[in-house]
Amino acid sequence: MSTPLEHDYIGLKETSLMSRSSDKALPSSSSGGDEKKSSLNLRETELRLGLPGSQSPERKQALGVSLFGKDLESKSSVLGFALSPSKSSVSGAKRVFCDAIDGCPSKWVFSASNGKSEVDLAKGGPALLSPRSGKEGDNGVNTLQSCVSKPAMKEALGGVPQSPKPEQEERKNQGAGGSEHGSAPAAKAQVVGWPPIRSFRKNTTASTLAKNCDDAEGKCLYVKVSMDGAPYLRKVDLRTYGSYSELSTALEKMFSCFTIGHCDSHGPLGQESLSESRLADLLNGSEYVLTYEDKDGDWMLVGDVPWEMFTDSCRRLRIMKSSEAIGLAPRATEKCKSRD
Amino acid sequence: MDPKKPRDSAAESARAAQFPDEVLERVLSLLDSHKDRSAASLVSKAWYNAERWSRTRVFIGNCYSVTPEIVAGRFPNIRSVTLKGKPRFSDFNLVPQNWGADIRSWLTVFADRYPLLEELRLKRMTVTDESLKFLALKFQNFRALSLLSCDGFSTNGLAVIAARCRNLTELDIQENGIDDIIVLLNFASLSSDIDFDALERLVSRCNSLKVLKVNRTITLDQLQRLLVRAPRLTELGTGSFLQELNAYQCPDLERAFGGCKNLHTLSGLYEATALYLPVLYPACANLTFLNLNDAALQNEELAKLVVHCPCLRRLWVLDTVGDEGLEAVAMSCQFLEELRVFPANPFDEEENHGVSESGFLAVSYGCRRLHYVLYFCRQMTNAAVATIVQNCPDFTHFRLCIMNPGQPDYVTNEPMDEAFGAVVKTCTKLQRLAVSGLLTDLTFEYIGRYAKNLETLSVAFAGSSDLGMQCVLRGCPKLRKLEIRDCPFGNAALLSGLEKYESMRSLWMSACKVTMNGCEVLARERPRLNVEVMKDEESSDGQAYKVYVYRTVAGPRRDAPPFVLTL
Repeated sequence: MSTPLEHDYIGLKETSLMSRSSDKALPSSSSGGDEKKSSLNLRETELRLGLPGSQSPERKQALGVSLFGKDLESKSSVLGFALSPSKSSVSGAKRVFCDAIDGCPSKWVFSASNGKSEVDLAKGGPALLSPRSGKEGDNGVNTLQSCVSKPAMKEALGGVPQSPKPEQEERKNQGAGGSEHGSAPAAKAQVVGWPPIRSFRKNTTASTLAKNCDDAEGKCLYVKVSMDGAPYLRKVDLRTYGSYSELSTALEKMFSCFTIGHCDSHGPLGQESLSESRLADLLNGSEYVLTYEDKDGDWMLVGDVPWEMFTDSCRRLRIMKSSEAIGLAPRATEKCKSRD
Repeated sequence: MDPKKPRDSAAESARAAQFPDEVLERVLSLLDSHKDRSAASLVSKAWYNAERWSRTRVFIGNCYSVTPEIVAGRFPNIRSVTLKGKPRFSDFNLVPQNWGADIRSWLTVFADRYPLLEELRLKRMTVTDESLKFLALKFQNFRALSLLSCDGFSTNGLAVIAARCRNLTELDIQENGIDDIIVLLNFASLSSDIDFDALERLVSRCNSLKVLKVNRTITLDQLQRLLVRAPRLTELGTGSFLQELNAYQCPDLERAFGGCKNLHTLSGLYEATALYLPVLYPACANLTFLNLNDAALQNEELAKLVVHCPCLRRLWVLDTVGDEGLEAVAMSCQFLEELRVFPANPFDEEENHGVSESGFLAVSYGCRRLHYVLYFCRQMTNAAVATIVQNCPDFTHFRLCIMNPGQPDYVTNEPMDEAFGAVVKTCTKLQRLAVSGLLTDLTFEYIGRYAKNLETLSVAFAGSSDLGMQCVLRGCPKLRKLEIRDCPFGNAALLSGLEKYESMRSLWMSACKVTMNGCEVLARERPRLNVEVMKDEESSDGQAYKVYVYRTVAGPRRDAPPFVLTL
């Protein structure tokens, strides 16, 4: 059903994406034309920690965590430990922004609790070294992999997932039911009205997000994300995130390479694990602040307003060096804390 | 309906004098069950009249089987109407939009003939906001509205109901999949306090509110505010259970739930996590129905919760609880009568998720009173099912969905014929059966031979030939609803039911081998049936892709959309 869209780093689309039935409760599941295809491709360039609307069971397999389906990630404690020590940071479709920033206001400066970022990184591993990497060829993942600390990834994963995964995905992508040997027809997964579940019952969060994204089809919200010191910009679709924590995580993934690179110039890198802990240190050092330009052209600190309001008004994002954002960050932290 | 033949006219008049109509009416007014009333109405003309005058509730299983005028003509004193509209497979997107079943024509007649109408319960009907407005304006005594799996309305319509119906005691609008604003009143965003206040006022005003179900945009602290105003609640559907509560909100919420002493039904709990489930515990002592199919609980969370629900009779869960969760249920809820396990991820083909035969087995060992089950799983064995029905022979509803179509017993690789054979042989009270997995005609031979009380049968991706359907049609004397999809049954099978269909409510066949010719023959032979064929872009010429056959006294539909062809 779901394909690991986001693993295809440079957006080589997966044909299976289009062949998935409209029954699937995924944001990208609507069978669309080329336009939709390309927008999905771009979305695939994002690396996200599996969250509603953007996850794949394959990735979870790589993690070796037994999860009950993709949608569950949004609800279960698995997600809880993945993203934040606090339960309430489990992302839902609609969150009050304070909830999203719960416990980690400093996230906006790309810091996070140590445990969190370590786990993130570990979880980010498979995302980066997608099972699909084998299939798509190396060019699919070279960019980010070269950025990300390979040793760290390897430690976290014990190596790149091997080719059986792509096969499995291929099978999944074709929507074959259950059978390893492809005896199940590809059409099976696209059978209308099967299994006989009422459509609104299809997992809540996923379908809510799916709906949100469908709504936004006319106005998919791609915004440029720049980071001070990075050689190139990225684009993210704000609609694919449900909360600030999701966005923050995604951006951390996306730009961690630059951060590490930066770190290189600071201190000894020697060890294998330029590890999570070093990155965490860096992040905790509040090196960066996340800001955005709103429709009035003003640069604002991300996190002040409710998520929906933010997505409506955000025009571009900028990851700013905190030295340039003097005085803003700490105050933001205070503000958030006092709201709780 | 001739009156009983009198032994002698003197005795007859004596009897008649002893039983004036008013008395008979009074006696019959105590009859509740529709079946009893139907039986009573057949005794004699006097009884027929007494029954029709004393009846206050009417149930119409197929809105097209009769017209509102006929209903109002026969029953002058109706206060409560239950209506069902579209065929059940419309829930699974097999019926196009605008198929029909609009309540409006009924409301127009009711406004004239039943101005004192109090209750309306609709299932799979189209209800527009205009209809809701009409309802709110025309029926001053209106008390209870229940919309199950309906479409066509928005919260605007519901807001009118909420605002205008002063005597509202029940408002059940769940399972309608309204997308945008999913609750009673217009809640555009969490911060829109004004609208929540209106809901709060409504709840305060209806101080005898017994049933309240809201949707997930209602947060925990809003829920708390509602709960303290509705102490008489017996049925509660909460909103979102995912919210960060601060230090004083949590105990407030616990207290609010603690005050719900009368709660016997609990549902909603969207996105509930382990953190807040404990606030529910004090409200669970008398709980008989727990609906967790919007809360993807894990096995430990469920285990901890059901320990507090010793009286539970009905449980609906997602398969995220796994077999272990079901084992916990088996240990804690010995009075369980109904279990429904829904798949959290119906389209995920990974087989290590969800529940298997062992969870079902565990429940059958622990809950001997189980008689209703709806079970979505990815693997099953004949042996497990045989054991299950040995443990629980009283099944009245056995709906097993092995989610991969045509999947055999995963241990023996054989068809699942023997599983369902065991079900129908052992469960003599079986009324409803849904089959799945790899099935040959043998399953249907078993069903036809043994399922003597079967009323509803759902079949998908099963059978080998016409013989299967023929066995069922010839064999099940009480069959009322038969729904079939993607089976190799053709015209011979369809026409073998010629004698049967007028005693049934309806037949649905889609993606089978029936052709237009077969349907035309059926329509010609049985003019009191409506034989409707839905045209579909997938159907080739001559193939009748979707066929819906039902008995009716109302003649062909006058509101059929262009894609519905009545033969």
